[in-house]
Amino acid sequence: MTDIQERPAADGSVTTGVVTNPAIGQSVRRKEDARLLTGTTNWTDNIQLPGALHMVFVRSPHAHARITRVDLTAARSMPGVVAAYSAADLGEANPKIICVWPVTDDIVMPEFPALATDEVRHVGDCVAVVLATDRYLAADAAEAVEVDYETLPAVIDMEAALADGAPLVHADKGTNKCYSMSYPCGDWDKAVAEADVVVKRRFVNQRLIPSAMEPRAVVAAPMGGFGDMTLWTSTQIPHVLRVLLSLTTGVPEHKLRVVAPDVGGGFGAKLQMYREEQLSVVIAGKLGRPVKWTETRTENMVATHHGRDQIQYLQIAAKSDGTLLGLKVDLIANMGAYLQIITPGIPLLGQFMFNGIYKMDAYHFGCTSVFTTTTPTDAYRGAGRPEATFGIERMMDELAAELSIDPMELRKKNWIRHEDFPFTTIAGMTYDTGNYEAATARAMELFDYDGLRAEQRRRRESGDPVQLGIGISTFTEMCGLAPSRVLRDLKYAAGGWEHCTIRMLPTGTVELVTGTSPHGQGHATAWSQIAADQLGVGVDDVTVIFSDTGMAPYGMDTYGSRSLAVGGQAIVKAADAVLAKARQIAAHLLEASADDLEFLDGSFRVKGDPEQAKTIQAVAWEAFTAHNLPDGMDPTLFGASTVDPDGFSFPHGTHLCAMEVDTETGKATIRKYVAVDDVGVQVNPMIVEGQIHGGLAQGIAQALWEGAHYDEDGNLTTASLADYLLPTAMDVPEYVTDRTITPSTTHPLGTKGVGEAGTIASTPAVVNAVVDAIRHLGVQDVLMPCTPQTVWRALQAASSAAASNQGGAA
Amino acid sequence: MSRIDVNVDGIGRSDEVEPRLLLVHYLREKLGLVGTPIGCDTSNCGACTVLLDGRSVKSCSILAVQADGAEITTIQGLANGSWHPVQTAFKECHGLQCGYCTPGMVLSAVDLLTENPDPTDAEIREGLEGNLCRCTGYQNIVKSVHHAAGLMHESAEVAK
Repeated sequence: MTDIQERPAADGSVTTGVVTNPAIGQSVRRKEDARLLTGTTNWTDNIQLPGALHMVFVRSPHAHARITRVDLTAARSMPGVVAAYSAADLGEANPKIICVWPVTDDIVMPEFPALATDEVRHVGDCVAVVLATDRYLAADAAEAVEVDYETLPAVIDMEAALADGAPLVHADKGTNKCYSMSYPCGDWDKAVAEADVVVKRRFVNQRLIPSAMEPRAVVAAPMGGFGDMTLWTSTQIPHVLRVLLSLTTGVPEHKLRVVAPDVGGGFGAKLQMYREEQLSVVIAGKLGRPVKWTETRTENMVATHHGRDQIQYLQIAAKSDGTLLGLKVDLIANMGAYLQIITPGIPLLGQFMFNGIYKMDAYHFGCTSVFTTTTPTDAYRGAGRPEATFGIERMMDELAAELSIDPMELRKKNWIRHEDFPFTTIAGMTYDTGNYEAATARAMELFDYDGLRAEQRRRRESGDPVQLGIGISTFTEMCGLAPSRVLRDLKYAAGGWEHCTIRMLPTGTVELVTGTSPHGQGHATAWSQIAADQLGVGVDDVTVIFSDTGMAPYGMDTYGSRSLAVGGQAIVKAADAVLAKARQIAAHLLEASADDLEFLDGSFRVKGDPEQAKTIQAVAWEAFTAHNLPDGMDPTLFGASTVDPDGFSFPHGTHLCAMEVDTETGKATIRKYVAVDDVGVQVNPMIVEGQIHGGLAQGIAQALWEGAHYDEDGNLTTASLADYLLPTAMDVPEYVTDRTITPSTTHPLGTKGVGEAGTIASTPAVVNAVVDAIRHLGVQDVLMPCTPQTVWRALQAASSAAASNQGGAA
Repeated sequence: MSRIDVNVDGIGRSDEVEPRLLLVHYLREKLGLVGTPIGCDTSNCGACTVLLDGRSVKSCSILAVQADGAEITTIQGLANGSWHPVQTAFKECHGLQCGYCTPGMVLSAVDLLTENPDPTDAEIREGLEGNLCRCTGYQNIVKSVHHAAGLMHESAEVAK
């Protein structure tokens, strides 16, 4: 393991708190669990307000159609129905979804009304809403809404959509292209001219459905409290959402309180402003009573945004000895029917990451995005970085095969060496630290790389029907989104800061108010550990307050593995502010100079006279009574900090997958999976491990099982959990995991992010392993998900190609 | 409307219900027992699992009227004075993250361990196949069930 002190922070310190036995680094069991394990939960759907009306939405059964008539008469006369609205009924009050990331100056941004006005553009698009006194009655009434449609051509295939004469998703825009951009770094033409080999591939990174276990839900109530309107919603972004809702619903920001109560997973799908959230606020205001909506799973599959969905044209140029010269990336990215809040930016999060951990002199990134009559895409765990990592790590294996070099040797030859850090990549990112050698050495040891390669050779030689493949992914990713000025330069509408307030209560316990908004990550526990070490108090003496704009007014929420990477910095700085004031009070009480005090294990002590001491709890009480404070000092003891990060952090790791592929049935079975990740200093190794496991399951699932599929008419054929294959406990392998620790220099605790690492790394490792198992049979790629059918088809195609080649020769 | 008499978490209940009312909606909306969540509408996810006369059932896939006369245990009634060993084990082994699948996962594990007090990894994975979790990747859930089995053996030893 790399020495924790090897690369200290920029100012030379690694802050781990001034305590003898730090809580940081301990697998403290989670504070969250007692409630969750006893059903004492507060999911949005649990909120039952007196007089609340249930909303049910009438959704389009067509991928693309003109609405010729909406008749709500029958629905309005059904039992229990209080109101029903179409777009025409709402008129000007019909909100619009706005996109906050217009990535180019000439991006096409179609109008996105909450209730469709004249056309529907994907199955699940909203046409009308019915409100009744009971969930069942509202559903009955929605069935009675009559809508006439004149169907229009579906637009499903991305490349066909870009062709001349293609039917248009938004006829008024005259094109299905949303934007085109390019980001040339270095001289690609020169790289090609100097190359001995240029390998070209077309990969498909298929569409996925995020599928948090808790479907979305909203309760909007026009009632007192912190504002005239309170919205409880299953979201990752209560703070951002409050701003966006005030901009789009007419409810002023100061009169709107947004609360994310217990949230059952998000994975990016709840990093969004949804039409159901807007409509609940508008309609609750209009009717003057609470309204509630809970998504069914079937709705979730078509109405909650999807992820991924790119076609990648990749070229990699190299010398025959394996030296990389350049990479060219041309993406086609599916936006779906409309732009949700950051839809167009997702592929561009890969813009800085396709080059991965490798040195090269030329890198050209280009992306064309396209509208189709499908559910909008947006962030899904990793958001742009899994696609990039898949592209580069698959290409490294393809290049290795082309050059007959061991794929690990090819990586070692080209990666950024430990002594090269900090290193500015060809894409312009400065990686602060990394130790790819250490993580790889540990992974290969746990994996028995040489032993498995020997077995692979034996099986190939014996013609075993079950072949063995080894897949590698030596990945990095960027966390800590993001320095606000970087976001400005990327045309993102907001900043990337995070806030923390720490309040010492009179009796010496602590309230920590964070702007992050957890939904399974264990912030209540991990943030307590950080504060405990900084303040010298017990972990159980800290309570963490979050996800309510009335209680935690400042925040930029949780996504992109940013909570610890950015929010953690704010905790440290807020604690520093508490201690700075506490030190002055302690010095006054001890009649000593503040400079003569040391702070250890929660007490200020006079240096050289440790009997002369004041605990932080005693100081907090003095700050409360205010009987004996230094002249001019305000009572109370709290500290606040809003941190704008000055850089990203770059978790990395080496993942190795051994795959058995039955060449007769096409079935691919993971034999062994090893993940050695470097996420810097770990606040709670148990939680880190859990994040890695869950990430692995999702990344492996993209490789082997999951894929959203539309038929040519635009029907989502994977619209239930019976058809969209989330992995079960039976499907996933036992993961072998370990960590190396190379502290980040951009974070006072040396931590990086961990939420997405497992997902980003694992998909290419698995597909590389599948392809490696059957490459000697002529296979160069297998479409994801690598089901028995797609593997078998790849084998058949390779064997037909071989047969026709032989036929031609004869 | 039909009358049903059920015992839920140790309390007798008697209600008039619509014949089409799902058991999970009866628990959540009629009785206010919102500890049992709903994750899907095709009985794939298992989040709504409860014990019906001691056996695990997905409460979204049966009607309230079908539960007439039954004894039902939800996650809110599982702890009897102190936590059930499965609850203890899930906390100890980090067998949950967001917690949404947890009530169903815990109650399915209770049923599994009743059937098979000493399951192998493969038997645990097979036994929990009807419960989806999107957060944990399952490894710590498997570990939790093993740990719970150990705790239950220990308490059985003490009882002897």
